[in-house]
Amino acid sequence: MKKIVKKPVIAVGPFHPLQEEMEFFQLTVDGEIVTDIDMRLSYNHRGIEKISESLQFDQVPFLISRICGICSASHPLAYVQAAEEIADIKPPERALYVRTIINELERIHSHILWVGLAGHFIGYDTVFMWAWKYREPVLDLLEEITGNRNNYGNVKIGGCREDIPNEIKPRILKELDEIEKKMDMLTKAVLDDPVLHARLKGVGILSKADAIKYAVVGPTARGSGVDIDVRRDDPYAVYSDLDWNVITQPEGDVFAKAVVRLLETFESIKMVRQALKKLPDGPVTIEVKEIPPGEAVGHVEAPRGETFHYVRSDGGNRPVRHKVRAPSYVNVPSFKASCIGEKIADVTITLAAVDPCYSCTERVAAVDSRSNVIHDYENLLRLSREKTEKIKEGKK
Amino acid sequence: MSWKIWSLKKSPWVFHVNTGACNNCDIEIVNLLTPKFDVERFGIKLVGSPRHADALLVTGVVTRQAAPRLQEVYRQTSKPCVVFAIGACACDKGIFHNGYHVVGPVDKIIKEIDPNAIIAYVPGCPPKPEAMISGVVKALSTL
Ligand code: SF4
Repeated sequence: MKKIVKKPVIAVGPFHPLQEEMEFFQLTVDGEIVTDIDMRLSYNHRGIEKISESLQFDQVPFLISRICGICSASHPLAYVQAAEEIADIKPPERALYVRTIINELERIHSHILWVGLAGHFIGYDTVFMWAWKYREPVLDLLEEITGNRNNYGNVKIGGCREDIPNEIKPRILKELDEIEKKMDMLTKAVLDDPVLHARLKGVGILSKADAIKYAVVGPTARGSGVDIDVRRDDPYAVYSDLDWNVITQPEGDVFAKAVVRLLETFESIKMVRQALKKLPDGPVTIEVKEIPPGEAVGHVEAPRGETFHYVRSDGGNRPVRHKVRAPSYVNVPSFKASCIGEKIADVTITLAAVDPCYSCTERVAAVDSRSNVIHDYENLLRLSREKTEKIKEGKK
Repeated sequence: MSWKIWSLKKSPWVFHVNTGACNNCDIEIVNLLTPKFDVERFGIKLVGSPRHADALLVTGVVTRQAAPRLQEVYRQTSKPCVVFAIGACACDKGIFHNGYHVVGPVDKIIKEIDPNAIIAYVPGCPPKPEAMISGVVKALSTL
């Protein structure tokens, strides 16, 4: 009889100390080398798109800022832009500036957070403690502006809920100088550290071709030399009025992604500074009567990449369809390209390098738990057609 | 006071369980370890396995997929184990209360397997790290 040799499989998850969220990885290994990787997600699926259809247009931003706690300014902004496009509303100039400032502050704290976690994953806790310490002032600023450390709930259709009072502008600028100084120190320390070089360079390479093939977005793409950024390619808010650069790195390894994120924080600080200086006077909100029937998409460059919201209205007070596509949804499958052939010890940091956010991603799950078939698009299409056939026959 | 309770109060080791949270409560929990709050100086330590834990910090709404796993994690802890429901989601499902994939809240799921479980609630969305520290201190002082 033929003996079947099973390859050893290492299971990681769903609760494990590496990341805070539930996810389940199966690593097929050959000695130390990973030969295949399988992911099971959907532990975090909460049915947000469905809940969103039961809320009024004005309530939805509060729900979707809770899609993900770290991108809690980007998701509502994308939704609000879609709704504003349907209703053909132009929010006041000052509101656009406030939105930009909050989104960039969010990017700063999210990128610093990632640098810290990356340090933690490779066992370099000094970086972790430093980074998170320097992140606190950013959260304090956000708390001062919006009233909450995360989940700001500040954008609404037609403007912003809270204004940035002119009195606190000098304080924000001063705080930004502090943050920039500390980030400068951290960046130099991280980028010059021989340990980090040895640990991150040449690890988990996602080539440019693969990056395009998997259609990755955000810093993951820019770290592989793909020059995309929604803020420049399809400007929203006031990004087209500000002077800033898109950071790209050609290497595609984890180090390149770290460089992209670290340098982007400086661009963000620059943008917040310019936006504060240019902040025009005036109201931050206009009255919105109703959302007419129609459909639109809004997209925003979240800290992890492009987030995309589709909204359809039938003229009532609730969206009839709201579709969310978060950046991690396209970034996570790129593990297939970047992890295979790596050592097990390097997989953790490779997985972490795209800064995956499962609570964002888990919108739809089609898994048959008994036979372990994950229905792909073709399969679902076939099932759907078969069902239609059956119904047709039954009706005849 | 038994020595077990005494040691639990002296230095509670906590395990963090995410059951479908938005990541925010989790980030704030990790924040507790970092220099600004640094709960390790009070003896509170985040551990990597439920078998080492005296307390569970549970965040999130408890999705259908997560419920059996949360119960499994709870079974693995040594008793007495204090369960902290962190955030509006964990306390009463918060904004996701009518989601079709949400079966929580946390106390309901834990009480299904252990009706006498000790459960503490820290509301907020997300609760401030200070609120979490205060919640832990209050819950432990009632033991
Ligand atoms: S309570 Fe709020 S911050 Fe915490 S997980 Fe729920 S939605 Fe997120």
